[in-house]
Amino acid sequence: MTENSYLVAFIAVAAIATFATRVIPFLFFERHTEHPLIKHLGRYLPAAVMALLATVFLQRSASWSASVPGLDALLPGILVVIIHLWRRNALLSIAAGTASYMVIQQSGILTG
Amino acid sequence: MNQSVFRLTLPILFGYLPLGMAFGVLFATQLEYPWWVAPVMGVVIYAGAGQILAVSLLAANAGLLEVFVAMFVLNARHLFYGLSLLGQFRGSGWRKLYLIFGLTDETYSLLTSRPRGTDRPHEQEIDFRITGFNQCYWVIGCALGALLGNNVVFDSTGIEFALVALFIVLTIEQFKALGDSFPIWTGAAAAGIAMLFLPPAHQLIGAIAIVTGALLVQYRRLRTTARSEEARHD
Repeated sequence: MTENSYLVAFIAVAAIATFATRVIPFLFFERHTEHPLIKHLGRYLPAAVMALLATVFLQRSASWSASVPGLDALLPGILVVIIHLWRRNALLSIAAGTASYMVIQQSGILTG
Repeated sequence: MNQSVFRLTLPILFGYLPLGMAFGVLFATQLEYPWWVAPVMGVVIYAGAGQILAVSLLAANAGLLEVFVAMFVLNARHLFYGLSLLGQFRGSGWRKLYLIFGLTDETYSLLTSRPRGTDRPHEQEIDFRITGFNQCYWVIGCALGALLGNNVVFDSTGIEFALVALFIVLTIEQFKALGDSFPIWTGAAAAGIAMLFLPPAHQLIGAIAIVTGALLVQYRRLRTTARSEEARHD
């Protein structure tokens, strides 16, 4: 596959997958919205998925061969939690965490 | 109407411009594709975390099946947004398809929390415009970021942490809305198990399967206790 046709196919697949997650409830659950199992999953699954995504991606952004393994990602992660609990401003929390992670990675203080 | 919609969506503007720009900068600095591909992705995919993940998938030349699974799993939370909007979108005609397409975390939070009047078609028109305004902010952010990333010398190493930070923030928000930490610990534990026993490519789907299983067990347990409670009262 050439580079351009790969890009077009990639975007099409990504768009279809994303749209599928949004349209499926409207296609299949229009008649089952009151089912207790659907309600149970609708209530708890988003929180569980968010926590697992945070865990998996936090681990992937850490450097495990450093002197203190994982600290380079853990510190910015903790900073996000503290700032978010303090100000509860999503943008501020994300900016502070990202900036501190970038400083740590680019200076190499914790990753060397 | 547009003025009040703009006022409603102002917080989203401030969120989407920088986040879209973060994606755009990431796209332009990590990949060799032309800058305008970034806003095109904002138009047809329109998912913040998904597009940021897509950059690393593109950089890794990921297989298309892998792309589908990764994007579906990452956006799987959207499956549950629709459940609470089935009634609200009913009878919105041609607008319905776009209302569903544009159902991001932020749009969902606006559509489900704003006060509504009794004039249904009017309220659906407002929902429609909110969705459209939000996507405009996102696409503009993507374009600005990609242009900036191409033309300004800027060391963007580590900018992808924005995604991790976003997930942490959303976890805290979910916990506050739910008032129950059970799904949080279950999610983190499932991720730990998946990371220990599965190769990176299958960790996300594995962890989601574990978590869904755990929630089904919890559901059955809650039902059984509820039933025996009932029996005791009879």
